[in-house]
Amino acid sequence: MKFSKDHEWLTLEGNIATVGITDHAQSQLGDVVFVELPKLGSTIAAHASVATIESVKAASEVYTPVSGEVIAINGELNGDPALVNRSPEQEGWFMKIKLSTPDEVDGLMDKAAYDKFVAG
Amino acid sequence: MSDLAQKRTPLYDVHKALGAKLVPFAGYDMPVQYPTGVLAEHNWTRANAGLFDVSHMGQCFVISDDFVTSATAMEKLVPADILGLEPRQQRYSQLLNEAGGTLDDLMVTRADYKGYEGWLYVVVNAGRKDFDYGHFAKHLPEGVSFKAGDDMALLALQGPKAEDVLAKHVPSVRDLKFMFYQSLPIGGIDVHVSRSGYSGEDGFELSVLNKDVETLWNLLLQDALVKPIGLGARDSLRLEAGLCLYGHELDESISPIEAGLLWSIGKRRRVEGGFIGAARVQQELRDGPKRKRVGIKPDGRAPARDGTEIFNTDGNKIGVITSGGFGPTVNGPIAMGYVDTSSAAADTKIQLLVRGNLMPATLVKLPFIPNNFKR
Repeated sequence: MKFSKDHEWLTLEGNIATVGITDHAQSQLGDVVFVELPKLGSTIAAHASVATIESVKAASEVYTPVSGEVIAINGELNGDPALVNRSPEQEGWFMKIKLSTPDEVDGLMDKAAYDKFVAG
Repeated sequence: MSDLAQKRTPLYDVHKALGAKLVPFAGYDMPVQYPTGVLAEHNWTRANAGLFDVSHMGQCFVISDDFVTSATAMEKLVPADILGLEPRQQRYSQLLNEAGGTLDDLMVTRADYKGYEGWLYVVVNAGRKDFDYGHFAKHLPEGVSFKAGDDMALLALQGPKAEDVLAKHVPSVRDLKFMFYQSLPIGGIDVHVSRSGYSGEDGFELSVLNKDVETLWNLLLQDALVKPIGLGARDSLRLEAGLCLYGHELDESISPIEAGLLWSIGKRRRVEGGFIGAARVQQELRDGPKRKRVGIKPDGRAPARDGTEIFNTDGNKIGVITSGGFGPTVNGPIAMGYVDTSSAAADTKIQLLVRGNLMPATLVKLPFIPNNFKR
């Protein structure tokens, strides 16, 4: 699993990346009440805001760590946005992206670096 | 120590020890939530008893030798009927400016403590208290003075079980009427207990000296029916209850008539005026206000927040949201705002501009859930 400075995580299977927000991010946000996901099939560029998470108090942007095509979005989050709080790094995934620029993954942090980033 | 440092209530260390997430609010470091989280704290308050530290609010006094003198002075500053208050009764009102806009909203209580019958006990918003205290100092006449209660703390215990919780300590609390106070002994402390609050539920506000608040807080938390509740849930509770928040539904441009607070202006006062801002209030009573406070229910699941522009179905802008979020009891997004009076009827279909898209919504009557005040 790799991590971005905006508190997103990414796992890779061949050329397909699965992206969500980290446990640290969900605990900072509080109870999630609504998630707006990107359109299926849309082309997204790294660092663009592609999703919005609404907690009780505020809205937060989610930035894609990588560029590519959105080939899947997590429909579970429509009826059960609290899934992001319960299982942020597994069942609460947001989207799957077919990478257009695989090198971008190299710029992300590993777990040790991310934990240090959060602590620092 | 920097002037810019946030202030703290006497319970700051207690909140930290409880694992609260502290955020700056009105110049204070306040608990926005405890580890339970906003949703659970909101739901707990509607089912049981939630305990809030609201010591940041401005407790103060308008003082003279007798009630009539103090009440007469107060009536120059607020549109409510103060002279008509019974001993130990309190009322909700507003401080207005000359243009009839709102400087703050507040509670006024007629004190009935022996030797203090000329005292009015006033509670104003934390974020406005410095301004308000200056306003009182400027406008009170000879013979009427103002005093800030700087050594006083304030808790709120809200929810259907709040009466049960307090009755374990002092059974006579069950007889306390809505919008009245009693001084009652709880855990050996003399507590000024009023039956009032900001949650839409039955509940109490408890005023004590700073030196006693931690003891009272800990005592009440020992009850399994009580949990600590942060400002996040305080906001979602009052939003569902359709209650105004100064700086959002009330500000220096908004009149109490626009805000739908006519009920808080005594009939005699509507006719006689005699308070700062009366001209506009009376004119809006004659001609109707230009805009009205409304409830808004987005049709989907996405919340629409403070500042969101409101359009009619023709695409014309008709208003703006002043508070918006998620209502845990309603289990959906809710908001309040102002729209042109001609467009303000309940059930009107509207559109909200959220993240560049127009989302459908409906105007609804307030409150979003029925109030449970002990009438």
